[in-house]
Amino acid sequence: MTILPFLLLIIGATLAYVINCRAATSLRAGGATLHSSPGYHGLFAGLAVIIPVMAITLLWMFLDGAVIERMILAGVPAQAFEGDGAGAVSLVLTEIQSLAGGRVFGEPEPWKQEAADRLNSLRSVSSILLIATIVIVSLAILSLRRARLSPEMRARQGSERLIHGLMVFCSVVAILTTIGIVSALLFETIKFLNKVPLTEFLFGLNWEPQIPIREDQVAASGAFGWIPVLIGTLVVTVVALTVAVPTGLFAAVYLNEFAHRRFRAAAKPLLEILAGVPTVVYGFFAILVIAPALRSFGANLGLDVAPNSALAAGVVMGVMLIPFITSFADDAISAVPQSLRDGALALGSTKGEAMTKVLFPAAIPGIMGGVLLAVSRAIGETMIVVMAAGLIARLTLNPLDSVTTVTVQIVTLLIGDTAFDNPKTLAAFALGMMLFLVTLCINILAIRIVHKYREAYD
Amino acid sequence: MENQPTTIELVQASLVRRKRKERVLKGLGLSAICFAFLMLATLVISLVASGHSAFVQTHVTFDVFVDPDEIQENRLPRGGFDDALAASLARHLPDVDMSDRATKKQVEKILSNGAQFHLRDLVVADPNLIGQTIELTVPVSDPYDQLNKGGIDPETPEENRRLNDQQIAMFDQLIAEDTISKPLNWGLLTNADSRFPELAGLKGALIGSAWALLVCFLISFPLGIGAAIYLEEFAPKNRFSNLIEVNINNLAAVPSVVFGLLALSVFIGWFGLPRSAPLVGGMTLALMTMPTIIIATRAALKSVPPSIREAALGLGASPQQTVFGHVLPLAMPGILTGTIIGLAQALGETAPLLLIGMNAFITSAPDGPLSSATALPTQIFIWADSPERGFASRTSAAILVLLGFLITMNALAIFLRSKFERKW
Repeated sequence: MTILPFLLLIIGATLAYVINCRAATSLRAGGATLHSSPGYHGLFAGLAVIIPVMAITLLWMFLDGAVIERMILAGVPAQAFEGDGAGAVSLVLTEIQSLAGGRVFGEPEPWKQEAADRLNSLRSVSSILLIATIVIVSLAILSLRRARLSPEMRARQGSERLIHGLMVFCSVVAILTTIGIVSALLFETIKFLNKVPLTEFLFGLNWEPQIPIREDQVAASGAFGWIPVLIGTLVVTVVALTVAVPTGLFAAVYLNEFAHRRFRAAAKPLLEILAGVPTVVYGFFAILVIAPALRSFGANLGLDVAPNSALAAGVVMGVMLIPFITSFADDAISAVPQSLRDGALALGSTKGEAMTKVLFPAAIPGIMGGVLLAVSRAIGETMIVVMAAGLIARLTLNPLDSVTTVTVQIVTLLIGDTAFDNPKTLAAFALGMMLFLVTLCINILAIRIVHKYREAYD
Repeated sequence: MENQPTTIELVQASLVRRKRKERVLKGLGLSAICFAFLMLATLVISLVASGHSAFVQTHVTFDVFVDPDEIQENRLPRGGFDDALAASLARHLPDVDMSDRATKKQVEKILSNGAQFHLRDLVVADPNLIGQTIELTVPVSDPYDQLNKGGIDPETPEENRRLNDQQIAMFDQLIAEDTISKPLNWGLLTNADSRFPELAGLKGALIGSAWALLVCFLISFPLGIGAAIYLEEFAPKNRFSNLIEVNINNLAAVPSVVFGLLALSVFIGWFGLPRSAPLVGGMTLALMTMPTIIIATRAALKSVPPSIREAALGLGASPQQTVFGHVLPLAMPGILTGTIIGLAQALGETAPLLLIGMNAFITSAPDGPLSSATALPTQIFIWADSPERGFASRTSAAILVLLGFLITMNALAIFLRSKFERKW
């Protein structure tokens, strides 16, 4: 059923193309001099059909569910929602929908059955209306374009204007995405802050987002102070960077300065594999190999390592970030002008001294940009910590302990059923907002540094 | 003053130390690379070591007497299929006393829970089988599968293993009767998910991922190319295009879980699209893949030399004719390479799919982009969370399947690049 409108759309556009193309060809055969070639006449007509009709169809499909829902709810007797609180509306709606789908449980009340029947009829009316609209609008545009067809018509300019508009639209989607992210996060965060004060969220030292099952439950109000979650994130990030930064930098120095050309050509793609492995695989690797290994290693030293320690998650995350740092540092070192390298070598420094005393310091800004991007990756990385780090927020700096991170909390709070009205789910959006803001700042800073540095030598 | 060393002496005296420093730096660099490779090797080896056993599955082949006392045609699809199976299997176990209920239960437990449904489907399809004897090959249940693959060691003390001595003796008897086989486990690819490890497969996840990737491609490919062409070839240098560029660079670095929040709140919350649907997953992945495609496309367009554009423009082509007729075809290999790499990333992406509910437990393959489904990475996540022993090896096997797809896609991208890329 959803395919049919698009099929009609394509048929309409093709029809417009063929008819106008042929009409223009016959004009030309009749001796007229065309401004644009027949292909452009066809293309213009086809685009003139497909763009507005596509827009209508997509809008219709997005909106008709909500509109029909409203119409159904307006007809439901008011007493159906009484006393049930917030979830009642969606519950009634779901019941009506499953009735309409033919899944009848027990003996439904007559008004429900009636609403379900109305839902079905509204749905079929909506799809018939949609198809009628598509056909009428397509035919109208088609006949308009056919009537306007003349040898002087500037069809090429017309279609180029439409294509230009389409390309601008494509670019604007990027902005729409950002607006979507910001507004979605902002909207839910404001709802969250209506239930939990901002100061408690930003400075509270307890993170216990359990919601009460019963109203009178003891100690069930939940605590939403994000400091322990933030600390946990920082611990994991620091561990990851402790692994990734030295390893990545030394690897880059070696590849750039000492490695044989053939070794470099083989080693770089192999390192890139580490960056291409999906993070869920790293997460499983952490629980399968690294966490048990660290645990038994710790036991040998007499240390008590938690089974889901920050160390295991951090080390694996660090491994993931190695190629990231290496490629940034490699690019930055390569971008240092050859004259600096030549100068250092001509003054008698060894290759190593040229690297540590001249090239590396000159490349520091670019490397910093890469490290900052790695930090933002580490903070935003989700699957490794969801699988390998803990769930309970502890206020600790000990990497051997189990800690939780912002992303872990977002995922655990939102897995399972989600109603958009309790602080537990809204808290996830508030955390998401903080995550977005922090990574955005770091990214902008990093991209600035990288760009500025590139310009300095270009 | 007469003993002052000359410069050359100073240099020579320090040279040993300087050379040593250089060797240290070199050694550190080499060991850093070795550490990275060691980790990669450990990753691959541990996955293969724990996953290879899931590519075969222990089956038992035996003659099943479809007992008319247990299974009656008029009661189908109900019937004592499990009893019929157990009774038939017991004929290979002469020492077992089937009148004892506990023992009978244990014989039943050798077979996978899916065996009775398999027999039921056979009989429902052809009721004439009632009263006949048919040869049947069915998977054994997870503990016996583990035993056969060496996952359970009969030498460990009885109270520490999942099978007691009697159960192992029964299984040894079946081996001695030559009924046990270990064929390739096609079920891993052709079964949907299941609570029982020996029956669980990736079919639902593969189809779900395919739908999501298709949607992702259909949205991100045209949008990405359109945006890239506009920004690279047509956009005026003003604040608006600058804003779009900054935006795209930032989107490429936004954490994936944030895209999940966007999808949950906008696509599911505001637009009312269904949860767990590959359509929503594909739309989310498309938003994440678009920056990758835009950046790759712009790089490919940039690498087409200006002389091509100038030649086309000089012959009277309009700017759009130049781009679509000359520049874009030449840039296409680079664009396709970037797109495939972007899609490979999207295939491995997990976190946003978790947030939109593509981690549901679904025992049938999805029939369209709107029905509930899992994807390959979320299926790995679900299995990694399951406590049964058999799921550990299946998780590794699923990861190997995922990595296989990723390697294929990346190899295709590299092939395209080396085959069609032109150096100007």
